[in-house]
Amino acid sequence: MGISRRSALKVMAAATATMVGTTLGVHQTQAAAVVPRPDAVGMLYDATRCIGCKACMVACNEANDVTPDTSASGGLWDMPLDLNEHAKNIIKLYRDPATGAQSFVKRQCMHCLDPACVGACMLGAMKKGDKGIVSYDPDLCIGCRYCEMGCPFNVPKFEWSKAIPKLVKCELCRHRSQGPACCEVCPVGAVIYGKRTDLLADAHQRLAQNPGRYVPKVYGEHEAGGTQVLYLAHVDFEKLGLPAYSDEPVPRRVRTIQDTIYKGFVAPVALYGLLAAVMLRNREKPDSTKREDGQP
Amino acid sequence: MNAHDRPQPLGGTIFTRPVLALAVFAGMAGLLIVWRFIVGLGASTALNDGYPWGLWIAFDVVTGTALSCGGYAVALLVYILNRGKYHPLMRPALVTSAFGYTIAGLSVVIDVGRPWIAYKLPFFWHWNLNSVLLEVALCIMTYTVVLWLELSPAFLEWARTSTWSAFRRIGNFGLPVAEKSLLWLAALGMLLPTMHQSSLGSLMLLSGPRLHPLWNTSLLPLLFLLSCIAMGFGAVVMESALSAKFLGRKSETDMLAGLGYAMLPLLGLYLGIRLIDLGVRGQFGPLFAFDMYSVMSLIELALFAAAGVMLLTDRQRRDAGNLFRAAMLLVLAGALYRFDVFLVAFQPGPNWSYFPSVTEILVTSGLVAGEIAGFIVLIKLFPIMAGEPRTAAA
Repeated sequence: MGISRRSALKVMAAATATMVGTTLGVHQTQAAAVVPRPDAVGMLYDATRCIGCKACMVACNEANDVTPDTSASGGLWDMPLDLNEHAKNIIKLYRDPATGAQSFVKRQCMHCLDPACVGACMLGAMKKGDKGIVSYDPDLCIGCRYCEMGCPFNVPKFEWSKAIPKLVKCELCRHRSQGPACCEVCPVGAVIYGKRTDLLADAHQRLAQNPGRYVPKVYGEHEAGGTQVLYLAHVDFEKLGLPAYSDEPVPRRVRTIQDTIYKGFVAPVALYGLLAAVMLRNREKPDSTKREDGQP
Repeated sequence: MNAHDRPQPLGGTIFTRPVLALAVFAGMAGLLIVWRFIVGLGASTALNDGYPWGLWIAFDVVTGTALSCGGYAVALLVYILNRGKYHPLMRPALVTSAFGYTIAGLSVVIDVGRPWIAYKLPFFWHWNLNSVLLEVALCIMTYTVVLWLELSPAFLEWARTSTWSAFRRIGNFGLPVAEKSLLWLAALGMLLPTMHQSSLGSLMLLSGPRLHPLWNTSLLPLLFLLSCIAMGFGAVVMESALSAKFLGRKSETDMLAGLGYAMLPLLGLYLGIRLIDLGVRGQFGPLFAFDMYSVMSLIELALFAAAGVMLLTDRQRRDAGNLFRAAMLLVLAGALYRFDVFLVAFQPGPNWSYFPSVTEILVTSGLVAGEIAGFIVLIKLFPIMAGEPRTAAA
C-alpha cells in the first residue's frame, strides 16, 4: 500500500467524519425563530365564522383570470376537488364521522416566512417579494416542480393539461392595489387581509375573548417557521389538513448542511486541488500494482 | 506498451440485428417524446400534483446517474488509490458513464415543463444559491461535458488513423492537447460526482416533513454518495461480464475480483452508517413494523448485506458467476434505495397515488435501449476496449 493511498484513505475518512459530524450537528442546533419582515402582510381565516358560501373562490377566479374547474360537475359549474391548476383558493368542508362536528377550511398559499418553494427554485421564479408575498415569475421557471416536492402544504400546482404549462399558486393578489379579492368579497369577515402583526394581535384577542370557542392556538404563528396566512378554528387543525409541523422552517436543515459543505466554495476547490495533487504524485511514483509495461 | 493492451476498436458489422432492434425501440421512444411535447405532461404521464416527480426523475436521473458512476469509481481506484492495473476498465466505464449522464440530461429536458427557459441556467445573476437542484443541474451538465472530453482521446486516436486528412490533422493536433489536460479533467471528473451524487440525496431533505422517518435523515447526502460509488463498481462488473459473454471478450476476472474487493468497505460503511442512523433516531421499531415501509427498508438492507456477504472471500470474488450476481444485487439495492427515498418515503397525503404510465415506462426503456445500442456501436468504431485483457497474475 503506497503512502499516497494511505493518505488518500485518511482524507476520505476525515471528509466522511466531518460530513457526519456537521449533518448530525444540525439536529442539535436550536435554530432561532424566523423574524418576519416588518411590512409582511397576510390573511387571517377564522373557520368559526366561515359559512362556506365560496364567494371567495369565484372572486379569486375572476381576479386571477382562472378558468373554472368543471370536471367534477359535468361541465356545469366550478367544482374543484382540491387546489389545482384551476383553483388557487378553495373552501373545503370537514365533518367528523363520529361526532358530526363540522368546519369549513380555506386553503391557498400560506406565504411562509421561510418558504420551501423559494429555497427549492433554481432561478428564483418563486421569490419572497414585496410585503413578504411569495410570488411566481414564469419567465424564470423551468417547470421542474421541485417547489411542489418541497412545499409542506402541497400548494404550488402545475398546469398538467397544457403543453406550455406554468405553476399556479395564490400570490395574495399582488397585482391588485386593494388586496386579495377573497378578503374583499367575504360577506362575514371570515377571512381578512392586513399586516401580519395586526392579524396576529387580532387573532390572540379573539382567543382571549372567546376562550371556549377556539382550539387555543393561532395556526401559522410558528408552524414550519411561521406563515403569513393565519388560522383560527374550533376543530383540530390537523383534521383540516393543516399538519402539526415543528417551528423549524422547512428549508433550514438542507440550507445548513449545504452552507457547511459549500461555504465560499472553499471545500470543492480544496478537494479539486487535493485530487489533482494526489494524481500528480501518483504519476511520479508508480504503485506496485502498476503494470510492468508502464501503461499509466 | 504491449500491442495487446492498447484499446482497439472491436470492428465487425455495426448494425447487427440486436443493435437494429435496440435502435428501433429507441426510435419509438423518440416518437413518444415528440407526443409528450405536443399533448403536455398530464396526458402523457401519470404524474400529478401529489407526485410531481416520477419514473423519469427517480430512475433516469437519480438511479441512472448512480449506475453511471463507473467512470467515477474506477477513476478513484486508478488515479487516487493508484491501482494502475485497472486502467483498461477506464474507457469502457467512461463510455457507459457518458451515455448514462447524457440520457439523464435528456430525461430532465423531457420531464420539465418549460425546458426552453433552461437556457437561463448559466445566467449566474439569476442563481438561487440555496437551491440544491441548481447545484445538481449545473454539476450534471458540466460533468456530462467532462465525461465526453475525458473520452476524447479515444475519438482523436481514431481520427489520427482516418483516411480523411482533415480528421488526421484534428487527431494529430488534438491528441497531445487532450492527453496533457487529462489530469485536470479527471480531477474535475471526480470532484463533480462527489458533489452532485451527494446532493441528489440532499434534494429530498427539503421534503423532510413529508418524508417517512425511516429515510428522513440528514445523512441522505452521505448515504447517496457511498452507495453511488459501490453501484458504479457494480455496474462496471456487470458491463464487463456482459461484454465478455455477448461480444466474445475474454473475461477480466482478475480485475473484476479487485473491484469486488473495492466494494466491500463501501458496503460496510454504508450499512454501518444506515443502521447506526436508524438506531440513533429510534427507528428500529418502525423498521420491524412489517408495514410497507418497513418491508421496503428491510429488502433494501438485505440486498446490500447479501451483496456484501457474497463478496467476503477472495474465492467468492474470483467466481465470475457469483461476482456478477453480487454486483447485480448491489446495483438493485442502490436502485431500490433511491426509489424508496424519492417515491415510497415521499408522502404527499392520502389522496395521491402514482404508478408510471405506459408512455413513461416506454420512454425510459427506449432511452436505455438507445444507450446500449450506442455503447455497442461506439466500442466497435472507436478504441475503447483494451485488447485481450491479461488474465495472468498482475
